[in-house]
Amino acid sequence: MRDVAFGQYFPGSSLVHRLDPRAKILMFIAYIVIIFCTFNYAALGITTAFTALFLILSGISPKFYFKSLKVIIFIVIFTSLLNLFYGSGAPIWQWWIFRITPNGIHRAVFVTVRIICLILASSCLTFTTSPTELTDAIERLMKPLKAVRFPVHEIAMMMSLALRFVPTLLEETDKIMQAQKARGADMESGNLFKRVKALIPILIPLFVSAFRRAYDVATAMECRCYRGGAGRTRMKQIHLAARDVIAFVTLALVIGGVIVCNSLMSGVL
Amino acid sequence: MNCVLELKNLGFVYGKGTPFEKRAVDNVSLTIKRGEFIGVIGHTGSGKSTLMQMLNGLMRPGEGQVLLDGRDIWEQPKKIREVRFKVGMVFQYPEYQLFEETVYRDIAFGAKNKGLEGDALDKAVRDAADFTGLKPALLDKSPFDLSGGEKRRAAIAGVIAMNPEVLVLDEPTAGLDPMGREVLLSQITRYHKECHNTVLLVSHSMEDIARVADRIIVMNKGKLAMFEPTKEVFRRGDELSRYGLKVPQITNIMQALRRRGFDVPEGVLTVDEAFDALLPLLQKEGKLW
Ligand SMILES: Nc1ncnc2c1ncn2[C@@H]1O[C@H](COP(=O)(O)OP(=O)(O)OP(=O)(O)O)[C@@H](O)[C@H]1O
Ligand SMILES: [Mg+2]
Repeated sequence: MRDVAFGQYFPGSSLVHRLDPRAKILMFIAYIVIIFCTFNYAALGITTAFTALFLILSGISPKFYFKSLKVIIFIVIFTSLLNLFYGSGAPIWQWWIFRITPNGIHRAVFVTVRIICLILASSCLTFTTSPTELTDAIERLMKPLKAVRFPVHEIAMMMSLALRFVPTLLEETDKIMQAQKARGADMESGNLFKRVKALIPILIPLFVSAFRRAYDVATAMECRCYRGGAGRTRMKQIHLAARDVIAFVTLALVIGGVIVCNSLMSGVL
Repeated sequence: MNCVLELKNLGFVYGKGTPFEKRAVDNVSLTIKRGEFIGVIGHTGSGKSTLMQMLNGLMRPGEGQVLLDGRDIWEQPKKIREVRFKVGMVFQYPEYQLFEETVYRDIAFGAKNKGLEGDALDKAVRDAADFTGLKPALLDKSPFDLSGGEKRRAAIAGVIAMNPEVLVLDEPTAGLDPMGREVLLSQITRYHKECHNTVLLVSHSMEDIARVADRIIVMNKGKLAMFEPTKEVFRRGDELSRYGLKVPQITNIMQALRRRGFDVPEGVLTVDEAFDALLPLLQKEGKLW
């Protein structure tokens, strides 16, 4: 349960690690938009190259990127098959109800590359950015929403607390599962109803301890006089640096490239 | 067959192939005889818990084998559940595993999974509760209403109720008051004496281990450092201190007395033994009475 690579943070000091987390989030959002606005192979190639550049600069072993892809391999195969057989136009191959058209092939390729790029990019983001940095950045980015009385600080605090407890709860689940297995709990066989019932010995202790921890944290925060966001300062200030500007410029070039490709060449979809 | 458990070149690595790789158990080989009371000691992080969890198949060894009654427990991975009934495991802080509506039902959980029913189940539960010193009145309460020590007893009873051939206890007395430790420990010894089952006890208290164990496994950095009879282990105090461990205080005192020329036996491990050794000495010198 604990060797899920997706969403894990690997401490490091690569260029991508040192980018401002706000910049990384904004770039990630822009990236999602671009990847779905590529309509021919040249545009797709540019964004793929951009993804590859970031993966290389992140300095994280390709092994972990592959591992994160393993989780979604079935979704990728399934959606690309669907797209392959549902293309429009004249078929180049046909058997029973299956027909493959050039359009279908293009669509399958695009959907596969897009999903893979998305997963790789989001892995790159979480591999290189600690949960604290992420929530910090989100809080800063949403600051303007305070004007409409949106509780930005509270939401961010809730997020960071939740993130903080994900590994703890995973570890706890592991421990409880082991303990119940030691008492002969059978979680691997039986029908659906039996399996759901087998979860009770795990869920109840888990909830009990989650509530206990929640109370503990609340008490600890109160003991340290936590009283919401007003007037709080930060220990770690984040500043935009030259490397962030360079990253933005690269992104702008990619966006420009995609737009040029899309308008100059005809789309294949 | 006289040996219950045999470990052959057992090894385990956490997080293999990640930056967090950590070798927790390294090439451990040993055999444990039926009915023995084994103490397991070692400094924090020396791999005791990891080793114990491999004994009943909760963790699959990366290297080596665990033989139970002469058969590799992973021979048929589908049947690993049966091994768990034979090797009962009580975890560090086992009170977190309680979940049923009543203490009675919680203790019955493991035995029921094993297939016990009716009167046999009832007897197993009540015997287990008795062994761990849980009062019958507590059996109908919710496990969440018990005190910490009582929860601990209930959790241990849940494992004992399965009547395992080998009982593994991972620091069962951690976090209990001195009296509670004492009582729990003597209940475990009573269980061992009356049921003739094999018991493995992990503990950081050298005094406890010295009192109850026949032989001691000493772990150091994942390796088996010593596996000798209790007296032998505690005679090698210098070696123990290299592994970050100590001999019981009373052993130290008696050794100091020996060095000063008093005629006391070597290898005194418990206060009771020391008492028996010192009393005649004092009487002989006429300083008492
Ligand atoms: N789930 C885990 N993931 C990664 N490493 C672990 C895990 N559990 C234990 N370890 C590491 O393996 C080593 C052995 O741990 P283990 O729990 O077996 O020690 P121990 O002897 O029981 O210690 P203690 O006396 O503190 O209970 C430790 O260095 C620990 O950091
Ligand atoms: Mg331990």
